[in-house]
Order: sequence, then C-alpha cells, then structure tokens
Amino acid sequence: MFMKVRELAKLLGAKVLCGEAELETAEAEFVYAADLMSDVLAFAQPGTLLLTGLTNIQIIRTAQMLDLPAVLFVRGKHPQEEMIRLASQVGLPLLVSDKSMYETSGIIFQAGLSPCPIPERGE
Amino acid sequence: MAAPYVVEFEVEKDDFLAAGEGSGSVKDTLKMLGMHSAIIRRAAIITYEAEMNLVIHGGGGVLKVLITPERIEIVSSDEGPGIPDVEMAMREGFSTAPDRVREMGFGAGMGLPNIKRNSDSLSIDSTVGVGTTLRAVIELAGQGGSV
Repeated sequence: MFMKVRELAKLLGAKVLCGEAELETAEAEFVYAADLMSDVLAFAQPGTLLLTGLTNIQIIRTAQMLDLPAVLFVRGKHPQEEMIRLASQVGLPLLVSDKSMYETSGIIFQAGLSPCPIPERGE
Repeated sequence: MAAPYVVEFEVEKDDFLAAGEGSGSVKDTLKMLGMHSAIIRRAAIITYEAEMNLVIHGGGGVLKVLITPERIEIVSSDEGPGIPDVEMAMREGFSTAPDRVREMGFGAGMGLPNIKRNSDSLSIDSTVGVGTTLRAVIELAGQGGSV
C-alpha cells in the first residue's frame, strides 16, 4: 500500500517546510522511525518515509542517498535554514509534526503503512 | 576496453557539514549515465558510508569512483590511524566512533557491514599508523544499464 505524503501530513497536522512541488507526487510505501542514521542507511527501503527527532544536515544527506520521498521531524523539532536550503536543492520535502515519535508512528501505522522489513541478524 | 569514467574528490577530516557532498555528486553522475536506480542506490550507500568513515576515522582522504560498462569500483584511501583488527571492524555493532559522532546518528558499527552488503566484492587493506584503502565493487553485467 502507498500513501501520498501530503495526505499523511494532513492526518498528522504536520507543517510543510519545503518541497511543495515534490509533494504533488511524493508517495510513501514504508515508514522508518529512528534517530540512528546508521540503521536508516542499512534498513530503509526505496519509498520509505523517515520519521526522526534529529535535525543535523546528515539527515538530509542520508535521505538524499536513499531517494527517500520525504523526512518528517517529530516533537516540533525544527531544522536550520541551511538544512532546508539543501533539502530544497535536492528536491526533498521536509515536514514537522508537533506530536511525539510514538504518536506520529501510531497514527501512520493505523493509517495502514507498513514498517520496513528488517533482515535477521547476521544476514 | 574503454577508459573508465572517473569521479574523484577529497574528503576533509571532521567536516560534517560538507560530508555527503561528494557522494551526492557521484549519485548525480550515475543518474546522468543512465544507471538502474537499484544500482545507483547501492553505489550511493557505499560511497556515503565510505565518505563518513573518512570524515570520522580516516583523518580525511580521497574517494575515487571508476565507472565502466562492466562495473563500478569505489576506492577510498586515507593516511589515517589504520584499523588494528579489520575482522572486528566488520562486525555489526562494533564501533570506535566518539560520542559527538553518535549524537549525529552515526557510529553505530553499521558502516562497514553495510558497505559489504551493498558490494559484490570488498577488500580492505589497512596498516596501523599508515592508513587504509577500501575497494568496493558493484558488478554491472546484465543489470547496470548503459554507460
């Protein structure tokens, strides 16, 4: 199942910081919620919406490398202008939700999106 | 065989702001060359993890990506402290990264295993006090699209 990222934003009452044009078509199939980019790089599938509470520039780079459709910052965490600029440059929509990571995840889970499949340890 | 298409860039020690810029340009190049998106993704992950390793551990270094119709070869070299035990460094969860790197969401001991997972072959030559050279290859035969 896919969902439009814009629909998810509406559901969460999230604010769009950049990437309005990309949001016309941006869709998510999976969701990964983490502050550990090492894990995101290892496990996020194509089409994964990233939920995170970290706002450093490497979040944008990680999302760019993986072609993620969007990044949603939780708990009202607001990235710096520099990050928003880079995200706009690479065509990555950024959103902010006031809700916690858990609540945000719960709402999206209820809406029907799947978690990323995690391979078994050692594979 | 045609000469490889080469993308090469320097990576500065501890420059977390610029980290990823070089990998982004490699990704753009592969896209421009018409590579399959799954291949671009694997190459981008390897390059980015290697670039972060140069920033965090290698004291800076050079990343070189050689692209031919047969393969993509990603070579990272530094003159940093070297890896005393490569086998240990390849274990998921083993990390020597400092706390400030972990606070940025990195240094969880996933980098080298993740590079390996995305490579068809990987070699790491490291000498303590001399430096490290990492060579990762993605074979394109029958799946890479045109160069």
